[in-house]
Amino acid sequence: MAMELLNFSSIGFCHFAAIEKPHKRIARYHNSAGNPGRHQPIRLGQSNYPIVLSSSRPIAEIQDYAAVGDCRSAALVSRYGSVDWLCWPRFDSPSIFAAILDKDKGGYWSISPAGPTQFERAYIRGSNVLETHFICATGRATLTDLMPVASEEFKRRHMLPDHELLRQIVCTEGEIKLEVAFCPRSYYGARHVKIENLGAHGLRLEVGRGAYFLRSSVPLKIHGNEARAEISMRSGDVLQFSLSYSEESPAVLPALGENATASIERSVKWWQEWVARAKYQGPYRDAVVRSALALKLMAYAPSGAITAAVTTSLPERIGSSLNWDYRYCWLRDASLTVRALLGLGYIEETESFMTWMLHATRLTQPRLHVLYNVFGGMAPREKELDLAGYFDSRPVRIGNGARHQLQLDVYGEVIEAAAQYAQRHRHFDRTTQKVLIGFGKYVAQHWNLADEGIWEPRSGGAHHTHSRLLCWTALDRLLALSDKGFLDGVPGQQFEQERGRIRQQIEHRAWNEELKSYVSVLDGDGVDATLLRLPWYGFEEAQSPRMKSTYRRIRQELSAGDSLLFRYRSQPPEGAFGICGFWAVEYLALGGGTLKEAHDLFDQLLKYGNDLGLFAEETDPGTGDALGNFPQAFTHIGLISAALTLEEKERGESHPAAQTGENVTSGSREVIQ
Amino acid sequence: MNWASWLLWGFLATIVLTTISAGAQGLGLTRINFPYMLGTIFTPDRDRAKLYGFLVHLAAGWIFSVIYVFIFQALGAGGWWRGALIGVCHGIVVLVVVMSLLPGLHPRMASEQQGPTARNLLEPPGFLALHYGVQTPLAIMIAHTVFGMILGAYYHLAR
Repeated sequence: MAMELLNFSSIGFCHFAAIEKPHKRIARYHNSAGNPGRHQPIRLGQSNYPIVLSSSRPIAEIQDYAAVGDCRSAALVSRYGSVDWLCWPRFDSPSIFAAILDKDKGGYWSISPAGPTQFERAYIRGSNVLETHFICATGRATLTDLMPVASEEFKRRHMLPDHELLRQIVCTEGEIKLEVAFCPRSYYGARHVKIENLGAHGLRLEVGRGAYFLRSSVPLKIHGNEARAEISMRSGDVLQFSLSYSEESPAVLPALGENATASIERSVKWWQEWVARAKYQGPYRDAVVRSALALKLMAYAPSGAITAAVTTSLPERIGSSLNWDYRYCWLRDASLTVRALLGLGYIEETESFMTWMLHATRLTQPRLHVLYNVFGGMAPREKELDLAGYFDSRPVRIGNGARHQLQLDVYGEVIEAAAQYAQRHRHFDRTTQKVLIGFGKYVAQHWNLADEGIWEPRSGGAHHTHSRLLCWTALDRLLALSDKGFLDGVPGQQFEQERGRIRQQIEHRAWNEELKSYVSVLDGDGVDATLLRLPWYGFEEAQSPRMKSTYRRIRQELSAGDSLLFRYRSQPPEGAFGICGFWAVEYLALGGGTLKEAHDLFDQLLKYGNDLGLFAEETDPGTGDALGNFPQAFTHIGLISAALTLEEKERGESHPAAQTGENVTSGSREVIQ
Repeated sequence: MNWASWLLWGFLATIVLTTISAGAQGLGLTRINFPYMLGTIFTPDRDRAKLYGFLVHLAAGWIFSVIYVFIFQALGAGGWWRGALIGVCHGIVVLVVVMSLLPGLHPRMASEQQGPTARNLLEPPGFLALHYGVQTPLAIMIAHTVFGMILGAYYHLAR
């Protein structure tokens, strides 16, 4: 087969199998922590990371992935240097790489050493720029993966690609043989792509309405719909690869060499400056910052929407059909994210989300849908794809069937986020006030309905205690906002009356005297982890006898061993639900236990993140493996919220919910009487 | 020359041409974007480039329509099919000549031979602007033909 050659950039040459080129070094990017292992003898097996014989493609599990993104889209990079998930131009677009869901059909882009290798990785501190270190018997190399980001001011002065995934590999010691495999598959692996060699401009793939461009500082051989290279690198060699995408206009083709190096430095700086604004200074700063960075990855900057995760159909149980598309904006999750970021001092993200929320819900106000796409449109219908699924977990779905569900808790979450926003920073304009009061009126009229609730089962509605709690929260916060002068025109008497009725119903019908516990559904006999939130929203004191016995019941029924909790009982059981463990931490910190107990539990839960500090939706309690979509905003929200609550309690400050609500316990009881 | 008629129909024909181009781009038929390409001559700022480019394109369309008007006046007759014929010729010139000259004229466009540099990053159009999608020539031809048809049909000759 004829060898098709790509251009060499003016810098960054290396040695590769077929053609020898002069050796030239360019300035190398150094981690702020230094370059680990430089000038040390190369010996495999020195760290805790396994040695992988990479003669064939190693299979990565969920926890083996890292996310890189640019607040518009995100890619998952495995610890073995393979990009196995990428959707452009936005989170919910069809994939170009989806090997995580089907290693044969999905498509991937791998840069990895040939032969036995030890893989180590870390994000560059305070950034979403990933470094993977390849340690082989003959040498070491560092692969840097990122989607470049830049300030708006910089973008006004320079042309940048619409979307870019930049990969740079530097041989730091000895010699190393690399294999590069670029195997794109469009529309979730359903369509083959044709790769064209444009010579000086790299490789081009016309896919649908857009075009991908792969530029590289070494030639790649095109084999059908793939491009590959085998490369020998020596210490000091630098290789760069840039994949970009354009569909709105002629593409901006990224220049490699110093430009790419500068792009890496600029991106690291951008992320580090963003991180520096985080106000949290407690003992868990590293975990909190990583969670904030993960959440920031899921924010869609052009609109202000926040997605629940960047993936679809990573299973909640291996081999099961509990596989859902989370690449949309759930109002609940987004509101919780906003609260977490607000707690860390990120006001801009909150403002963007509030604007987006008001815009997105304009057509349905005062009714709220459960989820929207990033531009506020309806999420698409659920559809199954012909992919093998993650470890044969089928079906793989896109779209989401929960889009028509009624989940009344959403109103409470949105209003609580607005209340915290107002409390800490801003007043509301007239339109926002009207919209929030409209939500309250809807809640006052509909809180008594059965709904699908926070766990959105496909089995129909029920009278969920958690939904009632959040309806109570919605009315309570609106009354508090009115009292504090943030809202004008709140129908106080109606809201107070309905708030009282909800409280009465929860206290009487959500309490099971036989079990000595609050229960998941009115008049029911089962518990779920959302009951831990009763004190958080100020409905019940954490140290009350009712809450203490409810906590005991939850631990008894939902414990998944160690510190983990199931969200509810199910047969066969799914994984332990990430955020529920953090809810337990907050319950203990709020007075359900001691601060020490809360810290101990928090410390234990942190172990269930992967080596980068990223969490999935669930954890397999048997193996500790990650389950469900990844990284999952919900779990990271829980982590940040728990850390903030611990910090507040350490300082003796009152909980944010206590500041945004009325003095609820006495106030609402008076209304009932 | 009927100045008033030229000003009106030259303007409207250019608006329709721009709309057809933008529509073809929005429907995913082509990635050609005249306002963006023209605007990036003046600024790298994507949003401003589109605005500046739109204004430049409008002015250019108006000026080009003078040529159509001169031809109609010289022939002593307009008519939609004459306009369409000139539009076809105009489209061919744009595709064959202008597009091939563009990398040399545009300060931010990469050259076909050397590839992108730190300043010249914009993807060049290639022969018949095929780099922007295989349906680009069709979109350009339709847009310019309609441009000519409007001028031919509605421009009132000066007597």
